[in-house]
Amino acid sequence: MNTVAEKMPPAPAAAGFDPRVEGQRLIRQWYAELEQASELGQPVANVFVMGNAVEILRAFDFKLVFPEINSLQTGVRKASEEYIRLSEDYGMSPDVCSYVKADVGLILKEHRHPAGRIPKAHLAVASNMCNTFIKWAEIWERWLKTPTFVLDLPGQRSAGWQVRPGDAQHAADARWVEAQFQELIARCEAITGRKLDLERLAEIEERVNRMVLHWNNVMVLNRVCPAPYNAMLDGLTFIGIMNVYRGAPEGVEFMRTLEEHLKAKVARGEGRVAEERFRLLFSGTPCYVSMRRLVELFETWGGVFAYSDYLTFAAGGMDAAELLYDTSRPLESLAEVTALAAQRGLSNQFFAHERLARQIRDYGADGVVFHGIKSCRFVSSGMADTREYLNRRLEVPTLYIESDLIDPRYWSDAQIKNRVDAFFEALGQRGGAAPARGAAEAQRRSA
Amino acid sequence: MTAQLPYDHETELEHVLERCNAARQAPLPAKDALPEGFSGLLGHFPVYFPEEIAHAAGLLPVNVLGGGNRLEMKHADARMGSFVCSICRSTAELGLNGSLAGLAGFVTHPICDAAKHLAGIWSRNFPEQLSQILYLPQNVNTPGAVRYIAAEYQRLRAELEKATGRRVEDEALRASIRLYNHNRALLRELYAVRRDEPWKLSCIESSLLTRARTRMPCEEHTALLGRALDAVRHRALRAQDKPRVVFVGGFCEQPPVEMLETLDDNCYVVDDDLLIGLRWLSADVPETGDPIWALAESYVERSAASPVQHDARKSKEGYLMAMLREARADAAILTAAKFCEPGLDDQLAWSKHLDEAGIPYLVLEFEEKMTSFEQMAMQVETFAESLLFALA
Ligand code: SF4
Repeated sequence: MNTVAEKMPPAPAAAGFDPRVEGQRLIRQWYAELEQASELGQPVANVFVMGNAVEILRAFDFKLVFPEINSLQTGVRKASEEYIRLSEDYGMSPDVCSYVKADVGLILKEHRHPAGRIPKAHLAVASNMCNTFIKWAEIWERWLKTPTFVLDLPGQRSAGWQVRPGDAQHAADARWVEAQFQELIARCEAITGRKLDLERLAEIEERVNRMVLHWNNVMVLNRVCPAPYNAMLDGLTFIGIMNVYRGAPEGVEFMRTLEEHLKAKVARGEGRVAEERFRLLFSGTPCYVSMRRLVELFETWGGVFAYSDYLTFAAGGMDAAELLYDTSRPLESLAEVTALAAQRGLSNQFFAHERLARQIRDYGADGVVFHGIKSCRFVSSGMADTREYLNRRLEVPTLYIESDLIDPRYWSDAQIKNRVDAFFEALGQRGGAAPARGAAEAQRRSA
Repeated sequence: MTAQLPYDHETELEHVLERCNAARQAPLPAKDALPEGFSGLLGHFPVYFPEEIAHAAGLLPVNVLGGGNRLEMKHADARMGSFVCSICRSTAELGLNGSLAGLAGFVTHPICDAAKHLAGIWSRNFPEQLSQILYLPQNVNTPGAVRYIAAEYQRLRAELEKATGRRVEDEALRASIRLYNHNRALLRELYAVRRDEPWKLSCIESSLLTRARTRMPCEEHTALLGRALDAVRHRALRAQDKPRVVFVGGFCEQPPVEMLETLDDNCYVVDDDLLIGLRWLSADVPETGDPIWALAESYVERSAASPVQHDARKSKEGYLMAMLREARADAAILTAAKFCEPGLDDQLAWSKHLDEAGIPYLVLEFEEKMTSFEQMAMQVETFAESLLFALA
């Protein structure tokens, strides 16, 4: 295995590159390709953002459907409520994940999504990193007869869990992951009628390596003050590309250009907000229906999200594993890195205090904002306790707000605004004089 | 000399049930009041936990099943959101209010995301206790699953050896396996009585008898079960005109006693998934050879089903239909604990399937902490009446 210390050569400058515009273009392109998949007879796989063996699927030329991204896109396009209501009318409980409900709504609408028609999958890969993935895949199994492969990734077993590449625990976990990859490969071979081409797999891994290197550099760039991007707005575009184009040439190109673009911003001393006053960490998932508004509530006060754990766990967790694929042993290495990423970047959500403590230091954060989602127990169940721990042990100011991933019925603008404003008042008092400009600006904007 | 009282099966059963009920409600034993042969207590969350490993390590396995409907929530409300199921919140409360301070450790499982978070909560608040997730796999179908589970059990064994300072020998493990095999065989007999002569053993009695294993040594529990079975078989109760139903949704959080009483009043619950983890291994674990391998292999090859275990061989609908068929049930009671996502998902799937199969069912949602049962009683009564009417 290589380590991320082996850095990439500098990339050429990125004149005229707008990550948001380019990101949107790529997402449109992806949906357009999905629309054509059935017509072209291409194999299609449903995968999730955490623990998905995309490298293997891509080596078999599967077109990748990310149902989480489909669901969040219904939110971004302000159509989620219709899908969610459809599933609730069908009988789904209001208390289950709204992504799942939007997806059930999609099935009930015969796969018609605001971005285009979503093809039916020949295979679904669901990992245990979020247990809802498995229940979700069982719905496809039941309704659409989608063959499902549950990829079981051994997670972080306890606090202070120290597993290093090559130690006995890591070897045992990687062996189990590799056994499952072997079976998944056999399934893919049966579906596509092709043998796995290891060279192709190595090529894809090489591209992932390059993406991860750029990604890590992009993360590090936001440790600079002022932060060149907002982790919970711009970062959401980055993460979309990281998932959808993982291992694809377009993905490498996007990340490479993005890094250059941000480096140039840093060199110019240009921050995301005009006057950065507070650097914040965001813990949890976004509220895709109102994310722009939420970020605005913070930026008005000069608060920028320098980092979010979402950027790690929803991007596959590989940055946290600090490992790259050894392309000379593509399958073994894939298992080794996957096992480690699952523990360091995904299932460590259950021991969130450990990494938050590290990230507060790394990103020079003045406070942590927790965004609880009632229907997402993966991110939210331990949040209140983690918050209490950080307050008590690290004396870090924290804010807790609650809404939903995509269900607009849970967004309460006035209530959230009040809490955000009170948080900044307190932050201002803590750090000296109250941020008068922020207060005035907040007042002006809400007027 | 006192004269020996003649054997009376009702009195005998009453004594056994009293002991079981007392165990359910008792606080954890203090360090100096542990049952003989045990040096400490190991807490574990549902659903399945390989109790044999703790038992062989001299730690009494204590299945932490939340706080029921008598626990006052003073701390956990601020630590776990209101959207989390009751058993997780009340388990956190029991930790935070000191009721579980006597545990040497607490082990949870990847049954759902809320349950996994308990390990984080434990490590943040009770760093002196061993706090672990035993990563039982959600894929039990790929060759290699047994090997992986065996490695995970070995890891647990090593953790317990470290915690107790004593080695867990293979022979001790085999002895524990023998004890638990005997115990599980008696539990199977208990359920056979429910199936074949449900008028002799109610659901609530059966659940109290089963649940007692979560709070006492397996040896004592086995003796109680033996006495209870003997007494039950002597019962001369007559069958009543009640519909036969299967109850599902009690695999993790436990429905309140009053709810089960309501069901008993109106139906014969001829099978259920209550505390399925205690009955997870459906046949004897091999008593020779490598005991850890035997336990791991049994998890994969000789095991039950639940909404929180994916197994390509056992669809959720398939195992419910098998329960209904094998118990010759007329209908199903489909329940889910409030805020239990896996339970709620399967409740819907089951209801749609039974619609198609033309099998009557009643959908109920419960919470361990619920205290009002009038409405539920009415629903169950109406359902039972309609079943009897249809069956007449
Ligand atoms: S009741 Fe359901 S949600 Fe709660 S811990 Fe058990 S399986 Fe998880």
